[in-house]
This record gives sequence, C-alpha cells and structure tokens, in this order.
Amino acid sequence: MSVEATARIVATRDGLPVLVSDGPLAVRRTRATGPYTRVTVVGAMSAPLGGDRLAIEADAGEGARLLVDSAAATVALPGRSPEQAHYDVRLTVGENAELRWLPEQLVSAYGSDLRMRTRVELAATARLVLREEQILGRYGEQSGTLASRLTVHLAGRPLLDQELGYGPGAPGGWDGPAVLAGHRAVGQLLVVDPQFEDKPAEPQLLGETATLMPLAGPAFLVTAVAPDARQLRCVLDDVLQARLPG
Amino acid sequence: MSRAALLVLADGRFPAGGHAHSGGAEPAVKAGRIRDARDLAEFCRGRLHTTGLTAAALAAAAALGLDPLELDDAADARTPSPALRATARKLGRQMMRAARSTWPGAELDALAAARPRGAHQPIVLGLAARSAGLGPEDAAHIAAYETVSGPATAAVRLLSLDPFEATAVLARLAPDLDQIAERAARAAHDGIDALPAASAPLLEITAQAHAAWPVRLFAS
Repeated sequence: MSVEATARIVATRDGLPVLVSDGPLAVRRTRATGPYTRVTVVGAMSAPLGGDRLAIEADAGEGARLLVDSAAATVALPGRSPEQAHYDVRLTVGENAELRWLPEQLVSAYGSDLRMRTRVELAATARLVLREEQILGRYGEQSGTLASRLTVHLAGRPLLDQELGYGPGAPGGWDGPAVLAGHRAVGQLLVVDPQFEDKPAEPQLLGETATLMPLAGPAFLVTAVAPDARQLRCVLDDVLQARLPG
Repeated sequence: MSRAALLVLADGRFPAGGHAHSGGAEPAVKAGRIRDARDLAEFCRGRLHTTGLTAAALAAAAALGLDPLELDDAADARTPSPALRATARKLGRQMMRAARSTWPGAELDALAAARPRGAHQPIVLGLAARSAGLGPEDAAHIAAYETVSGPATAAVRLLSLDPFEATAVLARLAPDLDQIAERAARAAHDGIDALPAASAPLLEITAQAHAAWPVRLFAS
C-alpha cells in the first residue's frame, strides 16, 4: 500500500495556529532557538517508498519567524510498488516574514525512484534560508533515481528554477565530468534577503567544488558537490555561520 | 521553413562569437576531468541533457513567439552563476547584431531596445530563427547542437585531440540531440513556468572559478 499524506505548518507573528501531522510525516513544536518559532519534522525516516505521495506545506505569515528542521535524514527507499514516489514541499513566506528551512539530508537509496518538487513563493520583503542536500546512495551503495526541482518566486517573478537528475533513471552523463564527476553529495544553500537589493553578495569560491553566487535578484546561492554528506555539510555550515550568525 | 536558413544559423562560422567559448570544457580539462575523446563524450552528453535542454527549450519558446522579456527573466532564474549569465548576455548581444543584419525584423528590434546589454543567447537565437522563418524545433536543434559543438571544438585545441575523433563524438550524440530538440519544442507549448530547468552543478561551480583565471584560452 502506498501512502498519501500532507503535513501542514502555519506560523504567524504570535504562534503556530496550524500544526498538522499526517501519515509518516509528524511535525512537532520544539524548543525555540533565538527569535524563531521552531518546528521539527520527525519520523520521516521510513518514507518515502515507491508510489508514496508525500507533501509538506509551510506558511510563514506576515512578520512571522519560522525555523523548520528535521530529526533525521529522509531516506528514499524502493517500495512494493514499482511506481515513482513523490515528495512535494510548498513554502510561502509573507511580508517581513522569515523562513529558515533546514531539513536533514535526502538520501537516495539504491532501487528507489523519487521525484522531489519544492516550490517557494516569497513576498517582496520576505527572507528565506533554504538548504537542500542530496546524498546518492547510503554508505558504499549505488544511487537510486532522484529527480528534483526547486522553483522560487519573489513577488510573483521567477528568482531561481533548478532541476537536478541523478541515478540509473536519469538521462546520460549525470555522473560525468560536466555534472557530478563521481561526487555523491550535492547541496544548495539559498539565502534571500531584501538587503541584497542594494548591496548584492560578492561571488566567492569555496574550494574546488563549491561556489557562492549572487543571483539576478536579491539572493545568493551556494552550490556544492562533495564526496560524502559530512564534507558537504561542512561547506554549507561554514557559509551559514559566516553569513548568518545565530 | 527554409532548410538553408537553418544551415546558415547553425553554421559555426555564423558571426555570433561562439567560437571564443568552450562551454565549460577548459576548466574540465584543467581539472583532469576531460583527458580523451571518451571523457569528452560524457561531458557533452551531460551538458546536453542539462543546460542543453534548458537552452533548447528557451530557444524553442522564443521561436514559438512567447514573450522574450519574460523568457529572459526565466533564463536568469535558470542561471545562478553570474559568470554564466554575463556570458549568455554577451553572446546574446553578438547574436542580436548578426541576426538583425541577416534576418531583420520588428521583434528583434524590440528585444534589442529592451535589453541593450544583451538578452540571454538562446532567446535571441530563438527569435532569430523565428525571423528567418524557422520553427521551434529548428531553434531547439541549433541551441542543443551549440551546447556540444562548442566543447568538442574547444577540446581539439585544449587537448590536441584528433578533430576526427571530436567530430565522431558529435555524430554519436545525434540521437540524443534529436530527442532533446523534440522534448524542448514540446515543452515550449506548455508555457514559460513549465519550461525545463535542468542544471549541472559542476558547470556552474567551475564557470565561477574559470572567470577568475588571470590567463585563459577561452572566454568561458
């Protein structure tokens, strides 16, 4: 049996009026760090399996400061159904609101087939910190098939749109010299802040396989590839600590 | 459509400046990731199925008549690397100059006026194809081919690779090229937000580093 589930989080300036768990996706209010209302996604460990359709919706309303993390990595596994699994993340951030979306890694286990779709709608004065890490195979294992797309709109206009495709079901060349060249961990850190409108971030090389890039809008993106999850996290953490203390 | 117009626009000697760009092959050679024709083939296949598909779809959408300024925003969102955005706009400006002399048209003039520093090259290419009486799939074919012909030509110079071998790499990619062009042209009918956004992390990362090299053979 495949699972269909949608968890929902709504944060306002004053609290968490909506916090709805569903199926394998449990969302819990956890101890706040700094000024943020904090929600932790727990129990995503055993999902998604083939054929599952999971979704998380998070809405940070006007003036809200919401931090969402997860208790463990999400592991895409092959299910009894040969069908593709779907994982949708839909985020909205209102005026003067801030969302920090910092889940643990997504691990694509051998034999799995997952389509991950992340859509973010930002109001003109919204701020966002979003981390995505994709690990191709568990330790010493070959990759599953993973297709992901991250689409971010700012005040209705496209800010970032990126698709990544890896594994045995991906088009040719995904592991070749233009795309991954044997690296098994891929990550992105997106930071959107209206302050970059007047003062864009400077491009920065972060070693041989990572780079910080100012986007065409008020945002920067770190793209990194690494041999494994730990080394990838080090690169992204360094940027988080240097640029966003606290 | 005019098959001859397709040949003129796709010709590597079309004066649009593409010969100065390696499509990421120069940093890949320096990093030891392209050493021979086999590596080149894998590089080209990966580039074709990622940024090649994205560029081909933008070109097809412009050839179909979708709003070029909205497409230009969509291209920015699909190009996080500022070095690659600058390259795309520079090549777009050069393509615009060549296209307005060869197939003048009001749509090209309007885009040139709205984006004096250059629109993203695939969009100008698509509009040039439209002005030449070509269709979306033609434009997609040219954009897709350019994403592999550039690195193949560059590899001949960078590695002293046998030009016959480099051309054989391109010939063997013909089925992939046809498939990408067909997919891109189909996607153009679904609207701008639905256009493919396939990307290649290493191409972005190495483009940023390459742009900072003090001495290089190719502009990108």
